[in-house]
Amino acid sequence: MTQSHRIEGGQIDRSKTLRFTFDGIPYQGHPGDTLASALLANGVRLMGRSFKYHRPRGPLSAGSEEPNALVELRSGGRQEPNTRATVAELYEGLTASSQNRWPSLRFDAMGINDKLSTFFAAGFYYKTFMWPKSFWEKLYEPIIRRAAGLGSVTREEDPDAYDKGFLHCDLLVIGAGPAGLMAALTAGQAGKRVILADEDFRMGGRLNAETFAVGDSQGADWATATVAELASLPNVRLMTRTTVVGAFDHGIYSAVERVSDHLPTPAKGKPRQVLWRIYTGKAILAGGATERPIAFENNDRPGIMLSGALRAYANRWGVKAGERVAVFTNNDDGLRTAIDLQAKGIDVVAVIDSRDGGDLLPGIRHLRGADVIDTSGKLGLTSITVRQGNGRSETIALNALGISGGWNPNVNIHSHHRSRPVYDPTIAAFVPGQDGPPGLLVAGAAAGQMSTHAALKTGRDAAIAAFDLTTVPDLPQAEDAPVKITPLWHVAHGKGRAWIDQQNDVTVKDVQLAKQENFTSVEHLKRYTTLGMATDQGKTGNVIGLAVMAELTGRSIPETGTTIYRPPYTPVALGALAGRSRGREFKPFRLTPSHHWAREQGATFVEVGNWLRTQWVPKPGETEWRQSVDREVLATRKSVGICDVTTLGKIDIQGTDAGAFLDRVYANTFSTLAVGKCRYGLMLREDGIVFDDGTTARMGQNEYVMTTTTANAVTVFRHLEFCRQCLWPEMDVQLISTTEAWAQFSVAGPNARKLLEKIVDQDISDAAFPYMAAGNITVGGLRARLFRISFSGELAYEIAVPTRYGDALLREMLAKGAEYDPIVYGTEALGVMRIEKGHVAGGELNGTSTALNMGLGKMVSKKKDSIGMVLSQREGLTDEDGYRLVGVRPVDPKASLTAGSHFLEKGVAPMAANDGGWLTSKVSSPHLGCDIALGYLKAGDRKIGQRMRIVNLLAGLDTEVEIISPHMFDPEGERLRG
Amino acid sequence: MLIHHPILGPRDAQEFVYLGDASLIDRPDGMTAGVDAFHDYLYNRTNPAGEHQELWYHEQGDRSWLVVTRNTVTHEITKVELARDVARARGRTK
Repeated sequence: MTQSHRIEGGQIDRSKTLRFTFDGIPYQGHPGDTLASALLANGVRLMGRSFKYHRPRGPLSAGSEEPNALVELRSGGRQEPNTRATVAELYEGLTASSQNRWPSLRFDAMGINDKLSTFFAAGFYYKTFMWPKSFWEKLYEPIIRRAAGLGSVTREEDPDAYDKGFLHCDLLVIGAGPAGLMAALTAGQAGKRVILADEDFRMGGRLNAETFAVGDSQGADWATATVAELASLPNVRLMTRTTVVGAFDHGIYSAVERVSDHLPTPAKGKPRQVLWRIYTGKAILAGGATERPIAFENNDRPGIMLSGALRAYANRWGVKAGERVAVFTNNDDGLRTAIDLQAKGIDVVAVIDSRDGGDLLPGIRHLRGADVIDTSGKLGLTSITVRQGNGRSETIALNALGISGGWNPNVNIHSHHRSRPVYDPTIAAFVPGQDGPPGLLVAGAAAGQMSTHAALKTGRDAAIAAFDLTTVPDLPQAEDAPVKITPLWHVAHGKGRAWIDQQNDVTVKDVQLAKQENFTSVEHLKRYTTLGMATDQGKTGNVIGLAVMAELTGRSIPETGTTIYRPPYTPVALGALAGRSRGREFKPFRLTPSHHWAREQGATFVEVGNWLRTQWVPKPGETEWRQSVDREVLATRKSVGICDVTTLGKIDIQGTDAGAFLDRVYANTFSTLAVGKCRYGLMLREDGIVFDDGTTARMGQNEYVMTTTTANAVTVFRHLEFCRQCLWPEMDVQLISTTEAWAQFSVAGPNARKLLEKIVDQDISDAAFPYMAAGNITVGGLRARLFRISFSGELAYEIAVPTRYGDALLREMLAKGAEYDPIVYGTEALGVMRIEKGHVAGGELNGTSTALNMGLGKMVSKKKDSIGMVLSQREGLTDEDGYRLVGVRPVDPKASLTAGSHFLEKGVAPMAANDGGWLTSKVSSPHLGCDIALGYLKAGDRKIGQRMRIVNLLAGLDTEVEIISPHMFDPEGERLRG
Repeated sequence: MLIHHPILGPRDAQEFVYLGDASLIDRPDGMTAGVDAFHDYLYNRTNPAGEHQELWYHEQGDRSWLVVTRNTVTHEITKVELARDVARARGRTK
């Protein structure tokens, strides 16, 4: 198809042709086009269906405020719903399709909603879909979802990369129209570090859409020259396709740069979009203004546009929206459209001016005191009905109508800290109010300064004010026309629907209904009618809606007030917010020193905290995880097993008060621990609940090494720093986290010592290195640490070497100890052995349990002050009948247990009142030949030996069990002292 | 937000971990104070709409605990001190 509606002029590159498709039909456009301008150039004005009534819609605007022309752009994983055609930059091969219609855009079966509009008025859902409750999920929601909506999301993964970046500057200028350019030039020439950001792909703002002169040149040419001058300044960064979406605290702004949205696919290595965090001393909001329509019956047909948009399509893109055009206006700016279009040779059939009196436009049929009261044209505008001042109606055939209801300053970003805009009657619009974000100045149309001269001047003045500048550039000459407006918000006529918020299908009638039902506050009006709650945040509709409410209630507009805006200024893709935090990058693993060895063995891994740990290491022939885990447990208890325990938190604690400090952070005592010994430590929170546990060794008079659980390594360290700096600043104690510095292995089993004797340089006989000994040793001359501690209940050691030697140490132990058939065991076998021994871990250290619950109540020393000591003695935490840790074994060894199951006495009903507690951890013990579990049982210490039931209603289990001591394997501890 | 660290200068609040009211510095002595005093210390807080002293930890930085005086309504930060100095000034040196 040829570009039937293309006219001469505009800032498009006619030397190149771009091919694209819309709903499968091929079209052509040029570089510099948006999808909307290119479709209009091809005579296509029907671009979508409305949200609720499925009304045919075309573009209302030529910018980011667009409520109607929303399309699905691209396909496959790159499919992007609700893309505003008015800002989608055309590229070769672009594919777009219309949305919210079935089966086609021209014939949409859901158009029936339009006929049933009475049922879809504001508040319809609230009143209709009240009962029965169960119908919501099954019936109402699915139907509503299908009937009302926007585009659909792809189910495929987005193949493109998104990124985040950080920028610092002295001045952020938001918007590159005349005010923004002048502000950036003034600050840039003064040597300030300036960032100038504009959402458009071409800087210049409204100058690109107007025929005004600035200085000696056309406005657009002045903009081009000024941008070139700014580009030559090394301290100025120009960012096109970059929307500043939010103002945050302390001079931080966020901006989305659409790096590759104008390309078929991103260039290699380039992201699709970047979310920038901009730190700036000062900012100038020069975001311009947005024109608003006037509400009248059937004012939403394709072909009806904002007057300034008609002008922009003609001036900037060389596109006529129709052959026969009229303008409906309440202010002088609408007259500009008529003049510009006529100069372009477009037939301007009438200007309908709601104002009485005044000068008439020469050479154009200029109807004064007249209104547009209705329109017709099913899929696009064919005629309007005009009511003239004398009361006579007239129908005028045409195919495009520009509406100008005045211009609203884009105050949005100024409102992001809850500053309420104030109404300025001279321009009949809201301007920025008091108490905006500190450091943010407003210039140009965003400040209600509507002429080109005022924009240039206030832009320059804002930069001067920001930095107390004395040397400033000259102001070029420009038009300084005053705003001449007589507000008209909606045309009172007839009973048809007059749209206010086109994206959410909110009409004047809905506002009337809201008033009738007493939802007259603007905040209620917004929620009740959904005015301004669509993806465009009501950029074109909000002010009309509240003005209509003001009329209906007899209040002034300032009395009625306005809602305020929140970030983001325009919709932001979730991909941009996520940046690189996707897939594995969202939560990266840390790998243990034995990871490479384990991977060579085909080990299975599990996420523990932010580590990837070996879960088990299968041998050839093992087909099921239990085979591997049982073998690892049995081999360890029979000879020797090695487990990577590097992930445990390690904190070096040094200073003359190190022991006293530990006494205060642990419930038990450490200052009395002998040098060269270690001890199990229990750490409470101040509320008396157990925080963490681990062994801490005294390596020297003033030197301890603490271990924490894997999960709490970070929070324990944070807590210790809090205690050290905030509670006891007088103590001589220093902390450093050494978790990543040491590779640490548990070596457990009857042959553990024999294996290690082949590795370490020192005498580690039982006499020289008894149970709970700790010390600095060497491994082939390399500094190392050895602790004789056991989590498995076996004769066991933990040996640590600098991390980079971890892999070598493991391989050395396996090679040198080969005669003892050492195995490497993972977290599953670790869990089996600790539960056999009744040691607490994650399931028991659950953030609600006390030392008493764990059977460790005696560890809490009352002879000294420690964190949590006092509150652990609270009445509610010392109940004799409270939960106690017990072991559990099924009476029938073949019966299985499930963690999370509840204890019940025999013969009682499975209900909360009879609940006796729950199973915290469960494993299958190869030694005991059955499932075993740990659990918290009420008064459990007095129930050892009794029989109870374990009930799990979800799993359908009701199993008789025996309550036993949690120390289920080698309760006397003979093995670990061996 | 930006927090002007007394040693490191302006740092992004993302580098910090927030704890809460700086009254957490005023921990009673467990050997003399009872459950009631600790209960008050741990659970009772003022919740001002306005100036608030609060504890922030520079975890992605130098591990300093800071006392930040911040207006909870405007987020204006008027003072940032090392918690250690505040603790000492409040007499926490025994």
